[in-house]
Amino acid sequence: MNLTLKVWRQAGPTAPGQFETYEARDISEDMSFLEVLDVVNEDLNDRGIEPIAFEHDCREGICGSCGVMINGQAHGPGFRTATCQLHMRLFKDGDSITVEPWRAASFPLIRDLVVNRSAFDRIIESGGFISVNTGSAVEANMIPIPKVVSDAAMDAAECIGCGACVASCPNGAASLFTAAKMQHLNLLPQGQAERWQRTQSMVETMEDFFGSCTSHGECQFACPKGISIDVIAYMNRDYLKSMSKNRKLGGQGLTT
Amino acid sequence: MELKSAIPEGPIEDLWDGHRFNMRLVNPANKRRFNVIVVGTGLAGASAAASLAELGYGVTVFSYHDSPRRAHSIAAQGGINAAKNYQNDGDSIHRLFYDTVKGGDFRSREANVYRLAQLSVNIIDQCVAQGVPFAREYGGQLENRSFGGVQVSRTFYARGQTGQQLLLGAYQALMRQVGTGAVTLYPRTEMLDLVTVDGRAVGVTVRDLQTGEISSHSAHAVILATGGYGNVYYLSTNAKKSNATAAWRAHKKGAAFANPCFTQIHPTCIPASGEHQSKLTLMSESLRNDGRIWVPKDETDQRSPSDIPEAERDYYLERQYPAFGNLVPRDVASRAAKRQVDNGRGVGPLKNGVYLDFGSAIDRLGQPEIEERYGNLFEMYDRITGEDPYETPMRIYPATHYTMGGLWVDYNLMSSIPGLFVGGEANFSDHGANRLGASALMQGLADGYFVLPNTVSDYLAGLLGQGAVGTDHAAFRESRAEVEDQTKRYLSNKGTHSVDYFHKALGHIVWEKIGMERTATGLQEAMRDISSLREDFRRDVRVLGSGESLNDSLEKAGRVADFFDLAELIARDALHREESCGGHFRVEHQTEDGEAARDDDNFSYVAAWEWQGEGKPQILNKEQLEFEHVHPAQRSYK
Repeated sequence: MNLTLKVWRQAGPTAPGQFETYEARDISEDMSFLEVLDVVNEDLNDRGIEPIAFEHDCREGICGSCGVMINGQAHGPGFRTATCQLHMRLFKDGDSITVEPWRAASFPLIRDLVVNRSAFDRIIESGGFISVNTGSAVEANMIPIPKVVSDAAMDAAECIGCGACVASCPNGAASLFTAAKMQHLNLLPQGQAERWQRTQSMVETMEDFFGSCTSHGECQFACPKGISIDVIAYMNRDYLKSMSKNRKLGGQGLTT
Repeated sequence: MELKSAIPEGPIEDLWDGHRFNMRLVNPANKRRFNVIVVGTGLAGASAAASLAELGYGVTVFSYHDSPRRAHSIAAQGGINAAKNYQNDGDSIHRLFYDTVKGGDFRSREANVYRLAQLSVNIIDQCVAQGVPFAREYGGQLENRSFGGVQVSRTFYARGQTGQQLLLGAYQALMRQVGTGAVTLYPRTEMLDLVTVDGRAVGVTVRDLQTGEISSHSAHAVILATGGYGNVYYLSTNAKKSNATAAWRAHKKGAAFANPCFTQIHPTCIPASGEHQSKLTLMSESLRNDGRIWVPKDETDQRSPSDIPEAERDYYLERQYPAFGNLVPRDVASRAAKRQVDNGRGVGPLKNGVYLDFGSAIDRLGQPEIEERYGNLFEMYDRITGEDPYETPMRIYPATHYTMGGLWVDYNLMSSIPGLFVGGEANFSDHGANRLGASALMQGLADGYFVLPNTVSDYLAGLLGQGAVGTDHAAFRESRAEVEDQTKRYLSNKGTHSVDYFHKALGHIVWEKIGMERTATGLQEAMRDISSLREDFRRDVRVLGSGESLNDSLEKAGRVADFFDLAELIARDALHREESCGGHFRVEHQTEDGEAARDDDNFSYVAAWEWQGEGKPQILNKEQLEFEHVHPAQRSYK
């Protein structure tokens, strides 16, 4: 099939940007979306035009590097699909496709389709971990974890940190990302000791960078891992409780 | 050069304990006077950096990714081995040790492998404490499954995303240290040279990929955890950015490169669908637990797989290897598939695959159980091929996946350059000529959490009172100038073809002639072809844009240039090793029934190659291997 791509080009963070139109010819339906960009780039290079900069690495939907807006949808029309796993059989001959970078003030643009998502790392650094130094762990089966709890934690932990939730949110909120990262740890017995401190730190760091959630809900449909906004409800509940738990006397109670 | 393996004396069970007691310590107040550089943030790098920072050292971390969490360890699917014996099925540290030495076809160091098996149990404890959501039984205990090449169930897993979950654990531990200020993190920064002074590693030269700025960083010790070199084949299951540049530049500064010809071809990948293919996708080896591999008996059979009756199918692995069946080690399974396809019995539109069929497992266990075990893999397969594996068998074919070879290290994981340590896939240490499934994650984390923090401390103890070499030292200046030169050379080259064009062409040579089966003639041809293609590359590569902003082509140009040199060394190593073992299969050396024929009398050694300068062949150094506990025998999985 033959396609027309309208791609956002911008040489640097402060340079002016604009859409450029490129033709992609002889595209096979077995190709991934990124392979189409490869073909276009090869052609641009041959014509002496600088190739389009885009993020990618594992190309199997797990590293979270890739991600662009395709016809206004984060990661394009595929359900639960990262851009690298979006295959061209979802498009048809003659289609015109608009390709833009993630659009969010907290993800400043670096070049073309590449943005800076380091605010995510700041959220993790503020409390998205369990403090256990190497060597101090107990025997693994000393901590029995009900399968339903472990599965629920895994559902949240599947987040690949791509940023589609932020890009698809009208408020540019990172609630789905933050809540997924937090609930992975807050659900587990190992995560209880730091639960309330973690909750408060992560939420407040998130608020420093990102907009606020208004339960719009688009994020869960954009998420390539299908993470449900249920985790946001739990985050909000935990955040409210953390306000009393983190007071000197409140924190003495059990974690219920 | 003299290769000292530094294996301590004593009974193998006590070596690591004894060694830890004998190693020198650095007292807490002195630890903060030392700085260690860690390059790479996969399992080995992130875990080493976090653990060293927890001990109190200053740690500087470089990653070419935008976030440490993107490193390719994240893509490991199947699991991580540990000798916990939770299943009461006869597992033990000794058995994991034995399986790994045997699986590696007797080309690894016994002492290293024994330590790996011992540490495996600590890894699981550590990861569970960090919150890694491993699969669980209904009673809340950890669940296990079996993997290729072994007969016990010792593999721990988190759905089909074990690497992701383990890496997130290590990443979170690392970010916790970034938060405390103990680790200084430089994302989007690529190491382009190792700096040595008086034969010691004292720092690195790096390039900021966003601004193009080239800068120097000094430290008391440098750890490389920069992964393997599978992308020398162009098409592999490695992530697109995975490369050998950091390791190769260290090699050029004097670090010996060991067993480069030991590369692993993974049997279960999705076959290429055409010329546009940019990378291959692995389907976890765990699928071989329940999937049965077959091809039609009649090579002209055009029917859809569901229309081919049982009697007209050849379950060739079950037929040839009744004891292990579909669970034979990776190298055996890969070659068997290649032979079927070479004999014209391949399936699919390009006749380039074999079937992996879940029909009988679905009949036996029901679809919900199969969904529970492999749901995300089936979904991934469907997405890529447009075929539903619950309805029609998967098509699979081998692809390059892992490299057992790497920088030579001693028992302390120190390379032949004092002060340069190497962890994870970047070193050659534990897998011999073939790695068993679910052992890469184990090795990366053993190196990072438990080995390096101890051995690096011992090295640093000897440097007490010495400051780090200043980055105004001539060695740093020269290194910066050299890196700047390289960058400018590519940008000013007035060529006609892209970097990818040359990388594909190189990959084609390496896959055809240094791939699953190798011959002396083919290897000699490969060396000639690589050399002439390298000339074309230097003359005719076209890199557009500038060196002062993000420039993907420029980054790739440097990496592909190193792949050319590395490909040549792989061929040289493969040519010199006149035997077949593990992932290295020389057609001239096979048993009557087509299995690998090792030559223990002449080749029971580690081949460590020493750089001699541009355009000169490397010199071979040998480290003899001794086997006291596992006696070399022809591997048999029949």
